[in-house]
Amino acid sequence: MPKKYHVPVKMAIPRFNPVGKYTTVEFREDCAGSCRKCVKKACVYNIFKDNYKHIATMEDPEYLYACQSCFRCVQECTRGIFSRVINPDYRSLGNDYWTSDIIHRTWYQAHTGKIPVSGAGYRGPFAGEGFDSMWTDMSEIVRPTRDGIHGREYINTGIELSRRNARLSFTKDGTLLSKTLPIFEIPVPLIFKQPEFGVLSENVLQSMAQSAYILGTMLLIDPQYYSENFRSLAQCLIPVLSKKNYHDFLEHVQGIRMVELTYCSGISEVIEDLRTSRPELIISVGVELNRDALSRALEIAKFEADTIHFYANERGREFDSENPMFLKEMIREVHLALVDNRIRNRINLIFSGGIAMAEHVAKSIICGADGVAIDLPLLVALECRLCRQCIKGETCPVKIGNINPDWGKQRIINLVGAWRNQLIEVMGAMGIREARRLRGEVGRSMWFEDLEKESFGPIFGERKA
Amino acid sequence: MNSNKNNNKLPETIVTPSRFRNTIGKYTIKRSSRCVSCGLCAEICPYGVHPKYINGHGNFSMPPRPIDHKCIGFKCKENEFYCIDRCPQEALTLRINPILDTLGDYRWTNEMLIAHWEMAETGNLPVVDLEYNLGNSGGGFDKIRFKLLEEGKYLDLADEDIDMSIVLNKRSDGRPEITLSIPCYGGGMSFGSTALNVMVGRARAAKALNTLTCTGEGGYPEELVPYADNVITQIATGLFGVREKTIQYAPVVEFKYAQGAKPGLGGHLLGDKVTPKVAAMRETVVGNPLFSPFPFHSVYSVEDHKKHVDWVKEINPRVLVSVKVSTPSDVDMVAIGSYYAGAHIVHIDGSYGGTGAAPDIAKKNIAMPIEYAIPKVHKFLTDEGVRDKICLIASGGIRNGMDVAKAIALGADGVVIGTAELVALECVRCGNCESGRGCARSIATTDAELGNIISEEWTQNRIVNMYSVWRKQWCKILRQYGMKSIRELVGRSDLLVHLDYLEESERLNYQQAPNKKLII
Repeated sequence: MPKKYHVPVKMAIPRFNPVGKYTTVEFREDCAGSCRKCVKKACVYNIFKDNYKHIATMEDPEYLYACQSCFRCVQECTRGIFSRVINPDYRSLGNDYWTSDIIHRTWYQAHTGKIPVSGAGYRGPFAGEGFDSMWTDMSEIVRPTRDGIHGREYINTGIELSRRNARLSFTKDGTLLSKTLPIFEIPVPLIFKQPEFGVLSENVLQSMAQSAYILGTMLLIDPQYYSENFRSLAQCLIPVLSKKNYHDFLEHVQGIRMVELTYCSGISEVIEDLRTSRPELIISVGVELNRDALSRALEIAKFEADTIHFYANERGREFDSENPMFLKEMIREVHLALVDNRIRNRINLIFSGGIAMAEHVAKSIICGADGVAIDLPLLVALECRLCRQCIKGETCPVKIGNINPDWGKQRIINLVGAWRNQLIEVMGAMGIREARRLRGEVGRSMWFEDLEKESFGPIFGERKA
Repeated sequence: MNSNKNNNKLPETIVTPSRFRNTIGKYTIKRSSRCVSCGLCAEICPYGVHPKYINGHGNFSMPPRPIDHKCIGFKCKENEFYCIDRCPQEALTLRINPILDTLGDYRWTNEMLIAHWEMAETGNLPVVDLEYNLGNSGGGFDKIRFKLLEEGKYLDLADEDIDMSIVLNKRSDGRPEITLSIPCYGGGMSFGSTALNVMVGRARAAKALNTLTCTGEGGYPEELVPYADNVITQIATGLFGVREKTIQYAPVVEFKYAQGAKPGLGGHLLGDKVTPKVAAMRETVVGNPLFSPFPFHSVYSVEDHKKHVDWVKEINPRVLVSVKVSTPSDVDMVAIGSYYAGAHIVHIDGSYGGTGAAPDIAKKNIAMPIEYAIPKVHKFLTDEGVRDKICLIASGGIRNGMDVAKAIALGADGVVIGTAELVALECVRCGNCESGRGCARSIATTDAELGNIISEEWTQNRIVNMYSVWRKQWCKILRQYGMKSIRELVGRSDLLVHLDYLEESERLNYQQAPNKKLII
């Protein structure tokens, strides 16, 4: 049996105290520590440690991010002067797409490599926009996986980025006639993409490239950021090249296995040129996700490219539209158009932009993607707070530029380890043993509109809201 | 658990305050040092917010703090006893409790939590203005309302004369026709995950209420034996602690195929929680984590399932069989299969509920919410002509008394309650049920120190109190529709409306769904 794929997660402690969700409030500060029964000494999670004394002797209060909201201190304080509020910094973290909750969970996963687990049921809205309007199905008795999560039955999360032979032809005596195409697989259905903003120092990019190397996946990188220090990692880099610079770059950099060409007119000639000069090279075409996406997909699929990479904006929406569609619908459209034209199997589809949580990976694949590319989660794993001060040229509050690449590498590995385990959770529940089998498998999902119609339609009639 | 006994009366409620010194309420009242202890506020407040000095016990240096969770808030302003205005020293201030922001979530809002603590304390509907019937989730139960009433339907019946009982065995197969006095029973929470006192307290409450509670999959502690007539033995995939004896004790045996919170996934009890006692009960090794696999490795078809049901029926000739499944898209097929395999109860567990620890990705994404599953299964069983022969029980995301009534009107015979019972025991839904020493509120923990600050009696009283309040709510609904029994409400989805399915003008006749952006 081949060796099982394993993600080497290991604790990677944050360099700065993360922005905590809660903060405790004392209505009278002179009380602190003066009471024999001070609730701070009795904290179940021991979050006050040395900080129950007078405020003047406190340093860097840990309770800002370690409070687990058990409310014991609030309810047991002998004077009733203890309360809690939401940390104002937490309120301003992220935005309405990249919410503070998502950032927090990403930090947790990058820190521990564990998947977020909690008790007492689900606590979010009933349904929502985008990916929040679909659920994944599960198998009750028929075709479940046997303990997929605990590894008794192996669940394969690998995908291919290389194109496939449509059909093989043989001579009469059984010799293969058709030429075999190179096979290029990655063991997780996600690749990394250099973020659009952020302090992209060499250390930061090294973290991303090194983690990609260890995980066996790829990093999309802007050739301007390539330096000699990446030489040993070239096999896991996908330089994003254009018609103008591809020749030059590939001439000077050794060991590149895959490239991405930004879509432009005349791209078919570039592909043709590369196919002749470097038949082993895997070629992806990068296309902006906009109203032309469909026609581009159909066009590129005929050029013998291996993969199309569609970029949505960071909120998962298409570009240049007054009423931009969300990734979920766009993936569906592109996938189905290729299926209808019987060319879906000739090309792989990677989508990026707006992939913020592990569930988005599974849901994108269900909608019809082969895999996804992530960018901002990589930055957040390195403790980025998405404050975007760097865009304005201000200093980074967590000094991302100076990270130790070994630490950064581990944080990203942890995040991917946790995401992969979550992917296995939903795949196990769906009874799916291969990520490739999940592609476009909408039968293993349930959609808000359908459920409303099917269950509520007969009772309440037509939906009007 | 007498068959056919029509027991409409619930046990007396006993006022059972919080275990903690400061109960969290919607409002807070602060008393400044201007207070001269004149005693006026204590005299005038009819809600008991200001404790009185008792003769001979008044030697405090300062007046006692207001019991502010009893305060009815700003609406009191119109009363002549509004302490804030009446205080001659202007020493009192009233405001919304700033802690509310940090309490609750979209499904269990802060007001719903506070209201349930109040119900469990007093056995009465809260007098404070709290929204306890609707959450903030923006869909499902939170958008469903009972229709406005038609004139002339109202039935003037006392609560005692309204029948809330449900029958669990409708198969007429010679087994007992077990009747519960309320359309609810307790969900399975295993020995090892919850404190023993909580487990026994829940069983005592079930006995007092003439209903059931469930062992969960961790075995059957000796302490539950005195309440055996009210305890369901659960057989889950790990088969932990399942013995011939424990099947013979039970009036109902529940096969847990899957659970709503983690459908399609197994359970995992961390090594730390496998104490010597837990290990002995589960016949395992101390300190070793325990996996509860998914699925039953001996069941891959309805025939295999029937074999299991037959075993249990053979071991205990009086037992009823319940089948607990979660809610995939083919839940209706699973339900009918369970019926033909000989189950008396099919129990569907929706994806948004659950008490135990589960991966967040599973709770949010896997399987459908119970609101969709109930009408789907109800309709399918009706179309197949077997709806009268099986008891359909729903659970998972049924939070309050109104949710129960809505679930029944959508087609369930009754419901299973887990989280709400824990909330009655002052769960704050912090969600750290599994980490470290377990629950800091001493509910879901076997930690020697944390696990013993909750008593059986307290647990029993709080749960009885909460159900007594819910019963009042159900009585009110039934009276308004001219019904004498909760069984008349089953499947009456014609009495429900969904706000999103109404014209704008019509929608305004109903209470709007709370819609607040929360920080979670």
